[in-house]
Amino acid sequence: MNVQSLILRTTAGFLLILLMVYSIFILLRGHNEPGGGFIGGLLIAAGFALYALAFDAAAARRLLRIDPRLLLGVGLLIAAASGARALVLAEPFMQAWWFPVMIPGVGKIGTVLMFDIGVYLTVLGTALQILLTLSEE
Amino acid sequence: MLELFWIIAAPFMAVALVPWLRNVLRGLTGYALALVPAGIVWVVAGHLPLEPDTAPSLVWSWLPELGVQFALRMDGLSALFVLMIAGIGALILIYAGGYMGSDPRAARLYGLLLAFMGSMLGVVLSDDLITLFVFWELTSITSFLLIGFNHEQEKSRASALQALLVTGGGGLALLAGLILLSIAAATADGAGLTEFGRISAILSLDLRAHPLYPAALVLILLGAFTKSAQFPFHFWLPNAMTAPTPVSAYLHSATMVKAGVFLLARLQPGLGDTLLWTVIVTSVGAITMLSAAAMSAGQRDLKRILAYTTVSVLGTLTMLIGLGTDAALKAAVVFVAAHALYKCALFMVAGSIDHETGTRDVTRLGGLFGLMPVTALAALLAALSQAGAPPMFGFIGKELLLKAKLDLEWVGALLIIVAVLTNIFLIAMALVVAVWPFYGRRLATPKHAHEAPLAMLIGPVVLSVGGLFVGLFPAVFDQTLGPAAVSAIAGHVVAMELHLWHGMNPAALTALAISAVTLVLGFVLFARLHHFFEHLVVVGHRIERAGPARGYELALAGVLQLAAGVTGLLQSGHLRRYVMVVVLVLVALLCVPVVRSVPAAFTDELWSIYWHEATLAVVALLSAAFATRSRSRLSAVAFLGVTGISIALLFALLSAPDLAITLVMVEILTVILFVFVFYHLPQLKALRTPRERARDALYASAAGLVMTLLVLASTAVPLDSELARYYAQNSKPAAHGRNIVNVILVDFRALDTLGEVTVLAVAAIGVFALLRLRRRTRRASA
Repeated sequence: MNVQSLILRTTAGFLLILLMVYSIFILLRGHNEPGGGFIGGLLIAAGFALYALAFDAAAARRLLRIDPRLLLGVGLLIAAASGARALVLAEPFMQAWWFPVMIPGVGKIGTVLMFDIGVYLTVLGTALQILLTLSEE
Repeated sequence: MLELFWIIAAPFMAVALVPWLRNVLRGLTGYALALVPAGIVWVVAGHLPLEPDTAPSLVWSWLPELGVQFALRMDGLSALFVLMIAGIGALILIYAGGYMGSDPRAARLYGLLLAFMGSMLGVVLSDDLITLFVFWELTSITSFLLIGFNHEQEKSRASALQALLVTGGGGLALLAGLILLSIAAATADGAGLTEFGRISAILSLDLRAHPLYPAALVLILLGAFTKSAQFPFHFWLPNAMTAPTPVSAYLHSATMVKAGVFLLARLQPGLGDTLLWTVIVTSVGAITMLSAAAMSAGQRDLKRILAYTTVSVLGTLTMLIGLGTDAALKAAVVFVAAHALYKCALFMVAGSIDHETGTRDVTRLGGLFGLMPVTALAALLAALSQAGAPPMFGFIGKELLLKAKLDLEWVGALLIIVAVLTNIFLIAMALVVAVWPFYGRRLATPKHAHEAPLAMLIGPVVLSVGGLFVGLFPAVFDQTLGPAAVSAIAGHVVAMELHLWHGMNPAALTALAISAVTLVLGFVLFARLHHFFEHLVVVGHRIERAGPARGYELALAGVLQLAAGVTGLLQSGHLRRYVMVVVLVLVALLCVPVVRSVPAAFTDELWSIYWHEATLAVVALLSAAFATRSRSRLSAVAFLGVTGISIALLFALLSAPDLAITLVMVEILTVILFVFVFYHLPQLKALRTPRERARDALYASAAGLVMTLLVLASTAVPLDSELARYYAQNSKPAAHGRNIVNVILVDFRALDTLGEVTVLAVAAIGVFALLRLRRRTRRASA
């Protein structure tokens, strides 16, 4: 499907970039302020959905470059892998670990952030997989 | 002791070797695999005679939270069964090698036989109720696969399913019974006993007066009776004869069907000797014993004859264990061993005849002696043991049986009549199996008969000669295994001395006289049998059609019909109907508890609503109402979006920003999704009548009302804030995050989140798979 709206088409690309930056911001600040991987993933998915609405699903796929299925697989893998360290050390699965030094602009990082990134990618992959497949019907 | 574990593990491990051995050894695989059970026999025989109080045991923690242990123990009873299972198993594996020849399915048969062997060894060695049950069900499953081995045949599959349903259904009853038993043990003991499931511990308690005893007993008996094919559950065993003969010989002579008898024997010291036990077990055993023996005379298939006589013997064993006197238990132990030897030999003989001639119909067999002399002699020896003729092992068993009954007064007299009638049939049918095919006029058979290959001779010869040998030298049994086995069943030390000739005392002479009369009558019946055999076959067929097997068929058909009806009712294929069912069930389930707690919900707090909150609620309600009145899908979706956003704003106002943002995002994505999906669909039409709409409105309002009341009721209950306080206090110091919601999501309860995103991913894949499948079917139909 294809919405013939010049305004939407012109703004969709900018909006997408803005939403992408904002969603990463939401992802990173989530540990201390409202936000996180889940919301961030939904946000960027909405950006891509808007783009698909303005142009079409194929254009959105081209822009995404990665198959949503791969995204959700990688996301799950990252999320599960964030717990692996604790498992190897015989601690409870998903026991958190933090990098001791603060990274400027990002904050503290550790397995929890890795988990959140996994969630972010999984949510993005899931939402796009469903949306794009349906819109291609 | 680790040895016990390896006894069970070895057959399972050998399964893995089967394909490789088949490639290397080809025809000799059976011999090689037989070394595994032979090794078990060698190890266990090395421990004989067993000391009664120092049974080797092994206990591993399994599910400590539930008090379940992986516990094994080998007392005399276990040892007897282990030797039977492994010893006969070795012969069966060799026999199977000859029987299957170069059949490519042989590897599967070996594997299943070994897996079954391991499960069966597990049953007899278990000292924990749950361990026992797991192995018990494993025997049901492996025997299901074995009975249905020729799965291309409809009949095979039906028989396998029948066996599984009957024994599996009994298994469920058994599980319930075992759990009741362990509860009874835990409450009876009070202190001390922490391992509720340990069989040896349970049996040392006296649970006979416990209020749970009758229920537990009846359930356990159901399990034992179905497994051991007791009346009225006997019908699956003859039907199971569709299995390849090595399977029948193994499962139905020595092992699986004896599991039920084994269980009765195992539990006898703790549960036996009550009126309930004696009446049920003895009478069921006696009925089975006589009815199955009589029904065996109505069969013309060799294996079915053997199957019915097996059921009859299982009935005898059940009856003896039910009586529970020392003499009866002695008879039971001897009978178990003697029966395993001769019945397995006879099954193997039947298999050899079938294999060499192409038929198992006794009326079409005759004069094979010259062609198959070794098989014929083995058959004769085994049949004499079944007939209870001296000097076979079977004779000793039968003498003990009669003597055990002579000790009892009028019950004994009744049981002796039953036993005599039974034995007359058993003798006649044993001779039918061993004489009709081999002697008399030579009849033409589908295949040209000749002697079976060596691998198929070893088993029958060893077993039938073994029956003769133990009969002549009973010391090999009563000096090694017998007393320990009887003592284990009786629960106290029982001495045992077996003789062919008991001297001139009244009891022995009476038994001998009854024996002699029975033998003569049996021979007479056999001699006259061919005159009316055809009539018996007709009668037997009728009984099979109308007996309990018919009940099974009706029950099965009823279940299928019920399932079809329920499926038709629920799986209508209409989304509306599904949603309606879900909503109505939810309302029905919730309304009682919700209505009860409504008064508490109306607190003063309920009325302290700010005007902007009220406005948002009204907007949400209005847009929902507009959505229902909308003519176009897009506007309906947009109105629903407004409802969602209003609720999201409410969340934001009530300081749940994370929830609010998520809801907003979900609403946006939903609207986009709907736009994608519904863009091409036509305008909404009023497909439903006003009446249907009114009904739908009623359902919807009911659901909304109940959910509202539920929320009110649940917020009225003071929340246990322990958890919330913990999260609030530990969020910053332990998880380095100020946003508690996010910290819970990614740290405290990260595993939940992982599960949730996994569900999301699965849903996405599901959507993809459904749509692609649809696309493909559409392409295929185009």
